[in-house]
Amino acid sequence: MKHTIQAIVENKFGVLARVASLFSARGYNIESLAVGETQDPSVSCMTLVVDAPDERILEQIKKQLHKLVNVVTVVDFTRKEYLDRDLLLTKIAKKDGEEEALRELEQKYHVRILEQKEKYYLLEITTERHHEEDLLRTLKKIGILELVRTGRIAIGK
Amino acid sequence: MKGAQILIESLRKEGVEVMFGYPGGSVIPLFDFLYDAPIRFFLTRHEQAAAHAADGYARATGKTGVCVATSGPGATNLTTGIATAHMDSVPMVAITGQVKTSLIGNDAFQEADMIGITRSITKHNYLVKRVEDLAYTVKEAFYLANSGRPGPVLIDLPVDVQLQDAEFEYPERIHMRTYNPTQEGHPGQIKKAWKLLSSAKKPVVVVGGGALASGAHEECVKFAEALKAPVSTTLMGLGGFPSSHPASLGMPGMHGTVYANLAVTESDLLISVGCRFDDRVTGKLTAFAPDAKIIHIDIDPTSISKNIHVDIPIVGDAKKVLKQFLDARPESFQPQTDAWMTQIKEWKEKHPLKYSVTDSPKIKPQHVIEELYRQTKGEAIISTEVGQNQMWAAQFYRYDHPRHFLSSGGLGTMGYGFPAAIGAKVARPEKEVIVIAGDGSIQMNIQELATLSTYGVNVKIVILNNHYLGMVRQWQEIFYKRRYSATPLKNPDFVKVAQGYGIHSLEVHSPDKVPGAIRDILGHDGPVMADFRIAEEENVFPMVPAGEAINRMIGGMA
Repeated sequence: MKHTIQAIVENKFGVLARVASLFSARGYNIESLAVGETQDPSVSCMTLVVDAPDERILEQIKKQLHKLVNVVTVVDFTRKEYLDRDLLLTKIAKKDGEEEALRELEQKYHVRILEQKEKYYLLEITTERHHEEDLLRTLKKIGILELVRTGRIAIGK
Repeated sequence: MKGAQILIESLRKEGVEVMFGYPGGSVIPLFDFLYDAPIRFFLTRHEQAAAHAADGYARATGKTGVCVATSGPGATNLTTGIATAHMDSVPMVAITGQVKTSLIGNDAFQEADMIGITRSITKHNYLVKRVEDLAYTVKEAFYLANSGRPGPVLIDLPVDVQLQDAEFEYPERIHMRTYNPTQEGHPGQIKKAWKLLSSAKKPVVVVGGGALASGAHEECVKFAEALKAPVSTTLMGLGGFPSSHPASLGMPGMHGTVYANLAVTESDLLISVGCRFDDRVTGKLTAFAPDAKIIHIDIDPTSISKNIHVDIPIVGDAKKVLKQFLDARPESFQPQTDAWMTQIKEWKEKHPLKYSVTDSPKIKPQHVIEELYRQTKGEAIISTEVGQNQMWAAQFYRYDHPRHFLSSGGLGTMGYGFPAAIGAKVARPEKEVIVIAGDGSIQMNIQELATLSTYGVNVKIVILNNHYLGMVRQWQEIFYKRRYSATPLKNPDFVKVAQGYGIHSLEVHSPDKVPGAIRDILGHDGPVMADFRIAEEENVFPMVPAGEAINRMIGGMA
């Protein structure tokens, strides 16, 4: 099962490597990782989406993260009220009937057409976790030329 | 003040009296200040040995051990010693030189990314790029190394920072907003635990290395006596509860006693004091203490419910938590363990640790260790290598005091015992310090005979020589049809090797010579290396095959 975890970490040299190597050394799966400064420049916020096969491993991940000396707090959003977003930039191939599909996309999701080229549209899409699968399916149907994403960020309510 | 001097002064402020290490290009400034410093420096002949010696020093005293090496190969040579200390939660500060800051990342001569390399084998590590940060970093490193769950901390110090000037001001206090280990146990959890204890008929206390780290040995005795419960001490916990106490079960697990494994398996309540339930202790997890509720006291929350499900977790320092337990004992509490203790007594009588003295005309290793125990009256510090020698030393010497058994438990590092003994003897010169080694493992750091003779460190080395890598050979005998792949050893003449270093040495061949030889070894005023030629195919029993339930033992169940 996938879990969204927030770690507030000190803004110090090598912190990202410490977190990343914790996951690789202990064989935990990390699905996405987004890092950025917060309003307090001395700390950064890491949002991790992890795939933990069971509760025991999820607990270990949280405890191991917290054990890192540079980690200030660890919050697991799993059973909490929170909002999350993931920003996608994608190039969608132009082909017959794509306009209708695009309109459908625009109705259902936060989509901005950033550029229109001869062969593709460049889209910016903001998603949240429960739309993700559906969105990707729709995009694939239209034809994805390229897709990049920021990784999920989340904030508690 | 120069960075190198700031480092030395900071170490002095931390009470460092002894360091082990090896010089090199990136630490010449540091060694220049060490030359006049009131710190005793021990030059080992390999950096790995410096780390193990610092570890032995720490284990024998509880103080933080310090080792130092140059950048690149010097630093990478430390890593086995650092990893050993990490697995066994030993407080250590390792200082490594680094190439100058402007060259970092350029594949400079003798450059290695020590922060990257040691990330997963240290509690924390630092690269100090500004001389102004040095004093505070040392303060933090020592605080981290020897608080909470202790462990090694590495400080990587570029050579140019050692030469830069700064004001020396050592911080009096330390505050880390991200690190504040829980010391006191949660009173509610302790209350709940007493409820379980009140109804327990077959409790077992398991004492691990955490009990020693927190100095909880006296509390362990009081606690076990209050519960009238038997106590099993893990390899790392040996000495945390006296082996000669009537309630002692000895070691559980792979080479534990039959009665400890039977008691753990049949218990209805396990109370772990600083034991992390390593796979060598638990055996097959699904068959481990299947009917028992588990109370787990540990200062490291990640140790709790990592391997086995715990019913009552209590995060805190073992000594403090046990004191809380004793203070919170309900008036109504009455141990109901008479039948259980009778059962355990029967098991102990029926399945004692034993070995045959008649199946071979050769010396039995267990006999050597029993004789060492008898002649030292159990007062020596025993430092072991890894393998059969380690298990026999754990089984047949009795440990009634904490910090008297030094052994690489978690990492299982061959080559640990000898240099660790040097560190222990330097720390506790009044104690007899004995290395129990195999003919394989002694050769992994045999160059330290030079350190012994240079400084006249009075360590006694007992080699149990069977001309095999014995533990692997034992597995090959039992599980691989006696196909002794790469385990027979052609050894040097150990007596001559020792002589070459100017160290007194002897060879012992027959069982009747064992007591006299040990008298000679202990009576000699100075270091000794003794080569005991033991029965080649002697095995360590009992033995639980890897991944098997701990009550399914080979050997020992007569």
